[in-house]
Amino acid sequence: MSMIFGVPVAVLSGQLLIGVINGAFYALLSLGLAVIFGLLKIINFAHGAMYMLGAMVTVIMFDALGVNYWVALFLAPVLVGVFGMLIEYFLLRRITGQDHIYSLLLTFGAALMIQGILTNIYGVSGLRYSIPDLFKGGVNLGFMFLPYYRAWVILVALIVCFGTWFMIEKTKLGAYLRAGTEDAQLMQGFGINVPLLISLTYGFGVMLAAFAGVLAAPIYSVTPVMGSHILIVVFAVVVIGGMGSIGGAIITGVLMGVIEGLTKTFYPPASSAVIFLVMVVVLMFRPAGLFGKEA
Amino acid sequence: MNETVKQTDIQKAILEQQQSEHRKKMILNGVLLVLLLVAPLVMYPVFLMKILCFALFAVAFNLLLGYTGLLSFGHAAFLATGGYTTGYLLSNVPGLSTELGILAGTLMATVLGFGFALLSIRRQGIYFAMVTLALAQLVFFFFVQSSFTGGEDGMQGIPRGELFGLIDLNDNLNLYYFILVVFLACYLLVQRTVGSPFGQVLNAIKQNEPRAISLGYNVNRYKILAFVISAALAGLAGSMKSVVFQLASLNDAHWHTSGEVILMTLVGGAGTLLGPVVGATFVVNVEYQLAQGPLRDWVDPILGGIFVLTVIAFRSGIVGEIQKFMRKNLS
Amino acid sequence: MTMIKKLLTSAVASALMVSGAQAEISDNMVKMGYLADMSGTYRDLAGPNGLKAMEMAIKDFGGSVKGAKIEVVSADDRNSPDVASSTVRRWVENDKVDMIGGMVASSVTIAATKILEENNKLGIVSGSAASSITNEHCTPNHIHYVYDTYALSIGTPTAIVQEGGKTWFILTADYAFGHAMEADVTRVVEANGGEVVGSIRHPFPTPDFSSFILQAQASGADVIALANAGADTTNAINTASEFGVTQGGQTLAALVLFLSDVHALGTDVAQGIQLTTGWYWDMNDETRAWSDRFMEATGARPTMVHAGIYSSTMQYLKAVEATNSDDSQTVRKYMMEHPINDMFAKNGRIREDGRMVHDMYLAEVKTPEESSGEWDLYNIVRTIPADEAFRPLSESKCKLVSM
Repeated sequence: MSMIFGVPVAVLSGQLLIGVINGAFYALLSLGLAVIFGLLKIINFAHGAMYMLGAMVTVIMFDALGVNYWVALFLAPVLVGVFGMLIEYFLLRRITGQDHIYSLLLTFGAALMIQGILTNIYGVSGLRYSIPDLFKGGVNLGFMFLPYYRAWVILVALIVCFGTWFMIEKTKLGAYLRAGTEDAQLMQGFGINVPLLISLTYGFGVMLAAFAGVLAAPIYSVTPVMGSHILIVVFAVVVIGGMGSIGGAIITGVLMGVIEGLTKTFYPPASSAVIFLVMVVVLMFRPAGLFGKEA
Repeated sequence: MNETVKQTDIQKAILEQQQSEHRKKMILNGVLLVLLLVAPLVMYPVFLMKILCFALFAVAFNLLLGYTGLLSFGHAAFLATGGYTTGYLLSNVPGLSTELGILAGTLMATVLGFGFALLSIRRQGIYFAMVTLALAQLVFFFFVQSSFTGGEDGMQGIPRGELFGLIDLNDNLNLYYFILVVFLACYLLVQRTVGSPFGQVLNAIKQNEPRAISLGYNVNRYKILAFVISAALAGLAGSMKSVVFQLASLNDAHWHTSGEVILMTLVGGAGTLLGPVVGATFVVNVEYQLAQGPLRDWVDPILGGIFVLTVIAFRSGIVGEIQKFMRKNLS
Repeated sequence: MTMIKKLLTSAVASALMVSGAQAEISDNMVKMGYLADMSGTYRDLAGPNGLKAMEMAIKDFGGSVKGAKIEVVSADDRNSPDVASSTVRRWVENDKVDMIGGMVASSVTIAATKILEENNKLGIVSGSAASSITNEHCTPNHIHYVYDTYALSIGTPTAIVQEGGKTWFILTADYAFGHAMEADVTRVVEANGGEVVGSIRHPFPTPDFSSFILQAQASGADVIALANAGADTTNAINTASEFGVTQGGQTLAALVLFLSDVHALGTDVAQGIQLTTGWYWDMNDETRAWSDRFMEATGARPTMVHAGIYSSTMQYLKAVEATNSDDSQTVRKYMMEHPINDMFAKNGRIREDGRMVHDMYLAEVKTPEESSGEWDLYNIVRTIPADEAFRPLSESKCKLVSM
């Protein structure tokens, strides 16, 4: 068997594929953050909590009402998105115009509340949720066993990522969105309801997080704290990509998944720290991240 | 003739008002000092020392956030570095007197702070916050990997030792007054720093950095110096905390601790001298009292609620809002 | 030197007490503190329900000992040794607390027991896993009641190696307890003629285990052992099931797996996993009867930690009653001299290092077909006798043993 740095090629290919799958998750999550920051200049520290809510809502809807995975895939993000819009309307709107550090602090506090309350209701051991029947099992690729569900994750995550990027960067709706958030007064003059636009944008960003949460529900343990750890990792991804750069968030997400995957192969203990190392190094040479524009 | 009389009257009145304000401040400070001196006779000394350590931590942090306009999301690294260094030395160097251990911890945090500053100071706003967070995560990783920290068990049973080899610090009261003195010295240091020409430049940077640059200030050097002082004081707080509790743990290095010091500073009032002290007292108390009472399962959501409320309704913090109120009612 | 003095004085004191000269319950009140993680990672293991277990024991005991009222105070330690330390100090120095129970995170337990030792009060640790608590961190002022990492890393590997699982791959949490368990497992596997072919130290916590599971699969080892805990373990098991580890002919062994974890995973995913436990609610009529009452009070089946908290509180109160004292050394001495026989343990005894040794059980998670309800989760496969389950005193580093 051929080897690369003492690791068989077969194993390495498997690790790369796994890296891409995790990267797809990161991309989806950081995409939402980038949309919210890029368009609204809100630093959404509640993003991890929204991801968690997506997963929790999926499981709770199934337990209480028998709502299946496919319905949840649409319904849960919508519900969480609406919840996000409420947060925007009642809380974030009150600090518009302030230094955007305040949005970080506000959402950080909101996340603590959401997590704490759910912990008291549902505990921390995790809720059960199984992989939808359609995706049970997997295929042997020769170098690794690929569960169908992971293949689905990578497919759907990349489609959603690309769709979002296309919508914001290439369509008229996206143009309105960018214009409305950059020059509110002008757009208001054109008869566009800018506050609603802002609420919808925040809701949309949050929906992306919740969507990632639904995708995660069958494969990770669903607990009220599942988002708190992933939050800062995803933040690191967005910063490396360049805060607010939509395409940058997607590409960096996948890239970081792969880098983390390689670290998990060559020096596992550092796999949680490597992203931060990359971040420090990248920002040393590119102060606004890989794809960001200098302010 | 009349005019000049009036003018001197006004000047006199202003002077008097200034004097009376100054007097009020002195009285307030005096009252606080007396309270701090007698507090351990009424309240539990270890708890008071915890408050003093966190207050110093918040004061240090405020020097950056409140007076220089830099949000560091990595200050836990300095708290932990101070604590672990002091703890390690006091545990492993027999006969080392406590103040030297604390000094060494502070020094280590200072050096680390200089490193952080060099790597982060050119970044603005959120990028600055994120770089400091990333660096602190790397420090956390280092502490997890190093065996001397005891991993998740923590570094335990650190001896309190003797001050100058003379005063037994195992006595809670001795230790309390020692920590009080250090705290007051640091508080005065920050007060002087903020009021000094150096502090004025920091303030100028906070208000408008490009203008400070155009005025010919080497902004980065000022910021680095402020960062290093802040890191040193945070390290000192961590060093003293490890002596008080006789332990140092990974919790100190966790990013949640960096978040907590933001909360303390903000709740008390960023950019005011007394704010962080009040904030630390408030948060430590809330956390402690809640954890014991019937609401003990709800500490996190309540702290989160305080965060949200502060940002929305009391952005100037407790002290800041009181100052605003006083100013309004005085004029 | 001070150690010896302390022991001597306490020995003298307890001799006096037992002779009945000055025995009394201080302040005519027995005050207990319950310290545990009420809101974090370990909440479901002990948490609020552990307090209920303690209160149940007090109620069952009658609410008072020899006319002295029994009181309980409780606090969330927030998994922080600082918080734990200031809480315990206030409890024992100001609030006249005599005994503290619960305690989960090792940093919390070590910090708390050090203060108990300084103040000569008693601690009964039910939640913690670290075996260092009765080894290098032992004190004459605490008892480690339910289980420890040593016991957990012995039972399962021994059984699996004997059944033919010769080659092992270990996924270790990169933390002190993970390292300790990895060392213990390696020793046991090798002693039984097996071999550890590889191990990975993963960060704590790790949200995604697929990469590590893949490496473990590629190793071709017979057994993949999980030397981690909590969400890491459940995540790893979930991923292992997804990647078809068992279908590939490999066995999964979880070293630290509690009833609450298995309940969260469900039999679908967790079936067939072997684990060691100190107690299971569905072992006999006695355990079932108590568990039914517990379930009525809390809505969940008790973990071994909950049962241990109930049992140890009961034993403590019995000792206070018998000695007519709440002095820590008197009570601890009595507890050491009297074997524990209740629904939690049969013939359990407390050694001088504070370790309560009792039979442990090797359990296997039921298949969905076997399981008759959401809490019907284990088959008890075999009993691991107390003498084999815990670290022998001859290997102890505890200061109390070497004397």
